[in-house]
Amino acid sequence: MSFINYSSREINCKLVYYGPGLCGKTTNLQYIYSKTNPELKGKMISLATETERTLFFDFLPLALGQIRGFKTRFHLYTVPGQVFYDASRKLILKGVDGVVFVADSQIERTEANLESLDNLKINLREQGYELDKIPFVIQYNKRDLPNAAPLEEMRRLLNPSGVPDFEACATVGKGVFETLKATAKGVLTDLKKLGR
Amino acid sequence: MFDTQLVMYDEDYRKILAVIQRLVRDANAKGIFVVDKNGQLIAEAGEVRGIDTTSLASLTAGSIAATGGLAKIIGEEDFPVHFHQGQRDNLHITLVAKRIILVVVFDDRSSLGLVRLRVKKAGTELARVFEDLQKKVDNPGAGAQQSPFAEITDDDIDNLFSD
Repeated sequence: MSFINYSSREINCKLVYYGPGLCGKTTNLQYIYSKTNPELKGKMISLATETERTLFFDFLPLALGQIRGFKTRFHLYTVPGQVFYDASRKLILKGVDGVVFVADSQIERTEANLESLDNLKINLREQGYELDKIPFVIQYNKRDLPNAAPLEEMRRLLNPSGVPDFEACATVGKGVFETLKATAKGVLTDLKKLGR
Repeated sequence: MFDTQLVMYDEDYRKILAVIQRLVRDANAKGIFVVDKNGQLIAEAGEVRGIDTTSLASLTAGSIAATGGLAKIIGEEDFPVHFHQGQRDNLHITLVAKRIILVVVFDDRSSLGLVRLRVKKAGTELARVFEDLQKKVDNPGAGAQQSPFAEITDDDIDNLFSD
């Protein structure tokens, strides 16, 4: 839920990166962190296990610039992807303004992608949101891998409603900022509608 | 209650600040933070220099969310008061009006009893401020300003991403 602060002339929005385990959600945030000017970003927090699997969430605050004299700040969160962390995923979705679904392109992860997308819909509904009513972007990650499923097949399965989607290779940054920009744009466009 | 967008005007901010500045003195606290349950920092007072307040806000909200989840598992609605004891500094965290989190950082110049007592009064005052604030959001005619985002254009949004 965005927070408009007239006193400090700031607007804060929350974006959540969702997806199955090891699909590259944390890698997306790490790339954004590594390529953002120090004055525009805060500290990146990763609450992870000793084997670097996300335990609760990753968090990265970003400042995007000003709109009509208001500083726009985006708080980027990832959820833990592993199936058994569902209780934590629900908590992180609270107050979300926009969602990125990071799909793992490897053909053997098709089922995991579908399961995670279903889980996203269910968990959003529990918070009173409908996926088709909030800004939503899909990223097909790991396109560089030899076992990547055909793009058209992934689109057919994961994106029947035709939301903005991007091919990516988060380890080298391909598609990472495109995904972020599209999601942020969706959130700001939504705010514009709400303001009317 | 409070499921809508949070909007804060200057006068509300000043009221919140007045409450927590007084709490810093009354509770002999080092620093005080008011955080939205979604992890946004709303206000701060006291010795807060050097503290990464954005991270503090996000982690506080995460902690409150996690313990709230634990509470539900054992049949409680929430755990509204948290206390973390450190070697030098301690944290006292309270949930106010089910949406706002009041974080007090204190050391041995104060005591848990004093903080608890003062937080109770300040929490009631803060709850009142946020109730008024919510009323304004629900009834925008009652002195609220128009959203600055009503008039933005696609170009404004594109310009953010121009580089």
